[in-house]
Amino acid sequence: MLQAPPALSLSGVTLALGGVPVLNGIDLVVPAGSLVALVGASGAGKTSLLRLVNRLVAPDSGQIRLFGADIAASDPVQLRRGIGHAVQGGGLFPHWTVADNIAAVPWLLGWPKPQRMARAAELMAMLDLPAALASRFPAELSGGQASRVGLARALAARPGLLLLDEPFGALDPETRTALADRLEALHRAEGLTTLMVTHDIADALLRADLMLVLEGGRIVAAGPPRAVAASPHPAVRALIDQPLAQAQALAGMAP
Amino acid sequence: MIAGWEALPAALAAHLAISAAALGLALLVAAPLVLLMPGRPWLRRGVMGLASVVQTVPALALLALFFPLLVLLRNATGLEVPSLGLLPSLLALALYALLPLLRGGAGGLAAIPDGVREAARAIGMSPAQRLFHVELSLAAPVVMGGLRTAAVWTIGAATLATMVGQPSLGDLIFAGLQLQDWRQVLLGCMAAAGLALVVDAALGLCEAGIARRRWPPALAGIALLALLAAGVAGWWWQARAASAGRPVVIGTKTFSEQYILAELIAADLRRDGIAVEVRSGLGSGIAFQSVAAGGIDISIDYSGTLWTQALGRTDVLPRSAMLPILARDLKARYGVTLAARLGFENAYALAMKRSDAQRLGVKTISDLARVAPQLRLATDLEFQSRAEWASLKRSYGLGFASMRAYTPVLMVAALKDGAADVITAYSSDGALAGADVVLFTDDRGALPAYDALLLVAPGRDDLGRQLARYEGRIRVEAMRVANAQADRATNKRSPAEAARWLARETGLQ
Repeated sequence: MLQAPPALSLSGVTLALGGVPVLNGIDLVVPAGSLVALVGASGAGKTSLLRLVNRLVAPDSGQIRLFGADIAASDPVQLRRGIGHAVQGGGLFPHWTVADNIAAVPWLLGWPKPQRMARAAELMAMLDLPAALASRFPAELSGGQASRVGLARALAARPGLLLLDEPFGALDPETRTALADRLEALHRAEGLTTLMVTHDIADALLRADLMLVLEGGRIVAAGPPRAVAASPHPAVRALIDQPLAQAQALAGMAP
Repeated sequence: MIAGWEALPAALAAHLAISAAALGLALLVAAPLVLLMPGRPWLRRGVMGLASVVQTVPALALLALFFPLLVLLRNATGLEVPSLGLLPSLLALALYALLPLLRGGAGGLAAIPDGVREAARAIGMSPAQRLFHVELSLAAPVVMGGLRTAAVWTIGAATLATMVGQPSLGDLIFAGLQLQDWRQVLLGCMAAAGLALVVDAALGLCEAGIARRRWPPALAGIALLALLAAGVAGWWWQARAASAGRPVVIGTKTFSEQYILAELIAADLRRDGIAVEVRSGLGSGIAFQSVAAGGIDISIDYSGTLWTQALGRTDVLPRSAMLPILARDLKARYGVTLAARLGFENAYALAMKRSDAQRLGVKTISDLARVAPQLRLATDLEFQSRAEWASLKRSYGLGFASMRAYTPVLMVAALKDGAADVITAYSSDGALAGADVVLFTDDRGALPAYDALLLVAPGRDDLGRQLARYEGRIRVEAMRVANAQADRATNKRSPAEAARWLARETGLQ
């Protein structure tokens, strides 16, 4: 039986920016439909790894394949329209309404206006955004609302691959959990493949199908969260031991 | 009726046209530079530094500097590059408008958050889509702010274009200054200020429309600008229809005698059915260069000035020997025809209050040299760098306690107010007629004669023949009275009126 290609594969990818090595010998296979959490200290290369996938930067060497096709052969603008990317901090267009922001990629793809607006309304409902916000501008939104709009924009054109760079970065824990739940449900329901950079280790351990730990531009641990959590690598331990101890202490407090 | 009122519409239209053209040119240069700046800090530093340096040059000097630059360019390339009028005004004003445009543009683009740029790329916008839908849209309010500043500056600085022979509202201002007709100065200034306010308001409406993404204010702004453009176009059309063929242009330097003589000749030629335009307020050297280049057809100049400035001579010859050489060399070197010697002299002289001269026992420049080290000299703006001053110093051993440059019209006032003890004066100056002032003449013949001459541009010998009838017709006494009529503070006459008096007095009518 012929096996379907993985959603994403990287082999021997290296990247230097301004002469400084950022990623070094990255090999990675992401099966279709998986939710992948990228964790690691600041500057480990997580954001750069995402940016390589939709050609915002080009690798110095190595190959990146998306659903089997080498992305170096694709037109970068077309490639990006097929990948949902929520950049760090949201990056909403301040001069566009919420609905226009959400429907940005469908607009680029030439969807007719009624279809775009229907999709925006659908996503707003899915992400618990009040419909009245559609005609508002980003400056009028709360942090949680802006994050939802950023997420909705990434999802709007039904991409096969979703790249999320700290999508819940600046949110309070309650909002974050609610939004992460909603995202996970969407991910499963729409059959997405998702790469998510996060600093929330506990959340990553509990939700991800696959967890990648980066340190100094290398993947030092990769696999199902349970396997990664058991890794003796000092970088992994530095990330995981503290939330683990906290969780155990909290479990002891439970009534 | 304020003098200059009838010239206002044409000056206003010309002013608006040159300002708009300069602003348009500046935009064409600034836009690509600004768009190339992000990610190129060296370009940003270099361009902004240069634009800032340009801004430190006074606008008047910048305009004047383009004259020799364009002459050099013409000589180097052999192309027919005009060095006066539209081109230097356009270039200097455009250069002047660059800084606010660059600041506004660069500031507007720099204010766009990095996350927004990144998102625009990440969602798959093409470079053109990023530019129009994100970068320019977001930068527009700041860019428009820069454009408004540039527009106001340009409209203000365009008054100076008069000095290089480009008609503008400066025509009214400079003529008014020279004639001490403050109402005319005010008229020119208020027209320029009003124009700046209207354009600023129109651009402000556009800015508000862009910033709030609302069409009505933007359309109102555009409509106002279109109205101004229609005004210019209408004036241009009318002016074009009115003058079939190019009129004869008489250029004047910045003092009353020149205005009066230009009006005298203009009235005379118009009686012969010739269309005449007077382009007033040219810089001293620029007037000669203009007639040599054919930018103007007739100018009034002085033999001593031409001798030292145009021919570069430092020797002093008697009048009878000097004039034939002047006529020959002007023709040979510049193609300029010396059409007539008017008959009076406007010589450089030194002047003192009569009371001071009597107290110090000064009757000649030789006497003055003796007491000069205790005295303060006020000169016109160019005297200290002219060959005549070097010659006076050399011949008489003149040296003053201090020397300060003044606008010519203020020099007699400086003497009266005690701001200076000795001033440079012109022998035909009307202000001297009333003042209790002694003129010291050049008793050692250190200075050349300053006979007033009519010059005609190359290829206009027809005009030369027509102007020959002025030969020897104007005496210095008559000229001095005509000058006084235009210069005096009370019962002031316009240059045209003084010219009519002079025509009757000299029998030239």
